[in-house]
Amino acid sequence: MLAFTLRRAIQAIGVMIAVGVIAFSMFRFAGDPVNQIVSMDTSAAERAAIRQSLGLDDPVLVQLGRYFANAAQFKFGVSYQFRLPVADLLKERMPATLELAICATILAMVFGILMGVYSALHRDSLLAKILQAISLIGISLPTFLIGILLIYLFSVTLGWLPSFGRGEVVRIGWWTTGLLTISGLKALILPSITLGLFQMTLIMRLVRAEMLEVLRTDYIRFARARGLTTRAIHFGHALKNTLVPVITVAGMQFGLVIAFAIITETVFQWPGMGLLFVQAVQNVDIPIMAAYLLMVSLIFVTINLVVDILYTVVDPRLRSTISRPV
Amino acid sequence: MTEPVLSVRNLQVEFVTRRSTLRAIDGISFDISKGEVLGVVGESGAGKSLTGLAVIGLIDPPGRIAGGEIYLSGMRIDNLPPEKMRRIRGKRIGMIFQDPLTSLNPLYRIGDQLVETIKTHLNLTESAARRRAVDLLAEVGIPAPEKRVDAYPHEFSGGMRQRVVIALAICAEPELIIADEPTTALDVSVQAQIISLIKRLGRDHGTAVMLVTHDMGVIAETSDRVAVMYSGRIAEIGPVLDVVQNPLHPYAKGLMGAIPTLSGDAARLVQIPGSMPRLSAIPPGCSFNPRCAFAFDRCRIERPEQIKHGTQAVACHLYDAAAKDTAA
Repeated sequence: MLAFTLRRAIQAIGVMIAVGVIAFSMFRFAGDPVNQIVSMDTSAAERAAIRQSLGLDDPVLVQLGRYFANAAQFKFGVSYQFRLPVADLLKERMPATLELAICATILAMVFGILMGVYSALHRDSLLAKILQAISLIGISLPTFLIGILLIYLFSVTLGWLPSFGRGEVVRIGWWTTGLLTISGLKALILPSITLGLFQMTLIMRLVRAEMLEVLRTDYIRFARARGLTTRAIHFGHALKNTLVPVITVAGMQFGLVIAFAIITETVFQWPGMGLLFVQAVQNVDIPIMAAYLLMVSLIFVTINLVVDILYTVVDPRLRSTISRPV
Repeated sequence: MTEPVLSVRNLQVEFVTRRSTLRAIDGISFDISKGEVLGVVGESGAGKSLTGLAVIGLIDPPGRIAGGEIYLSGMRIDNLPPEKMRRIRGKRIGMIFQDPLTSLNPLYRIGDQLVETIKTHLNLTESAARRRAVDLLAEVGIPAPEKRVDAYPHEFSGGMRQRVVIALAICAEPELIIADEPTTALDVSVQAQIISLIKRLGRDHGTAVMLVTHDMGVIAETSDRVAVMYSGRIAEIGPVLDVVQNPLHPYAKGLMGAIPTLSGDAARLVQIPGSMPRLSAIPPGCSFNPRCAFAFDRCRIERPEQIKHGTQAVACHLYDAAAKDTAA
């Protein structure tokens, strides 16, 4: 088990190094960093001085090594537009994005699984058919449109919920949270729904399909022949078997939720990392873009690792294959 | 005379499809007494497994019991509400399925599956149920049961898993066990062990057993009586030795002729020409008549009813005539 986790961790580090090389090469191919920093009337001598102080004269490999060494200590350089360390900017923005992503994922998991189980067990009921139809809308409508529609309905027309921002936030150490104030919670509702809707419908459809598959298996038939209660069969035997693929998808989706919070954050002017990234793209702020790339891939790789370990918790068959490596 | 454990009277099972209604089981009747093993044999699609599922109340829609009665120790069970039938399943009727590899939930320890079933049917505490689980595993011949009770299904071989399945089927001391092809998916050497286990359990507990299989060897070895099924009906039923040595129904004759013998007297195995009719195209009269070498006019018009003939009962017009002749 430990060996398996270690092996996966080493693979993860390999992926991170590859992403790091890509992030680093962005600096070299997306224009001259010095030009991004200085103003038009900076003299050539000053430019050369800046170039030297940033270490841009050194051989590429030395620069790459330095980049990795810094990145490992979460030093991603200084943002061109804000003149502040990128790490500080990300640190400031991260709580907003993570709170949004976690809320959206919990929303998607809870309702997705409930709706999926319901529509599998009561396949022919009217509600199940309505849920199927709604899930099609959720899967096919683009996120920004859903966000705008929700703002129009709940903020503009009904005036119940704020249309942008995080509301009041409370600071706990360096972490800022909107979960402890009423306005913060209210501000969280619409973006969470917008961000989680696609995931929710995806999970619902997946759970439904998997559950229908599992209900046809021999061990469910045998469980019925043993006279177990319907409740025990559906929620004990069937649901647990359904969850293995759901864990994979939900894990991958959590990564996607963080990475693609960009759109939702833009629509709701949510002060998270996604919004920061969009501004960075507009201003060719390469340090932020590169750091964002590294951040997102780190999140993905971590989630993958967690998902792999979770599998073995759910499915005992994997545990024994892992303990006997081929 | 003591009441039979299972008594099936004129059972009919239908499948309602959009186009038509197919009759998969067409008026079968049989009894199984306490401690008796009834073998049910026939080709694929003859309705043998379906009969077992009908008895335990697990026919899935669009299939349904269309007529007839099923009695368990005198109590009618075919028209019980689902919740009452569930309480009978596993407690009074145990069922063993064909494939032990897929019958157990892969994510649960076998002990948990046993304890869950025991606690559903018997009013036992967790620890008492667990002790019973270990005892049951010992009874079905699993070595080191107190250790193996915490193992997962994938840690057992096929034969051992079928033993676990049997332990699950008998955990509430049922009056009747329905074994649906319990040895088909197993190695031949393991088959014999499982067969003798089922036989021993039936004897020790006085359990009635309905053994569904297409393997005449298994039937001959295990059963007290045998029912030969053909396209949803019982062609012949009687004590196993009589039916094997002196089959009456032309189909049963063909079936026995198709068993290879070690002595190798016959140069070729006899085969029955043609194949069983589809449910949508069952011929009028006797459903076996297109394949029967002895068929005459009456067979093509009138459906034969079961006729007592010695210890056996046979659904064939040939013996009706014979009965009349001897009477006259």
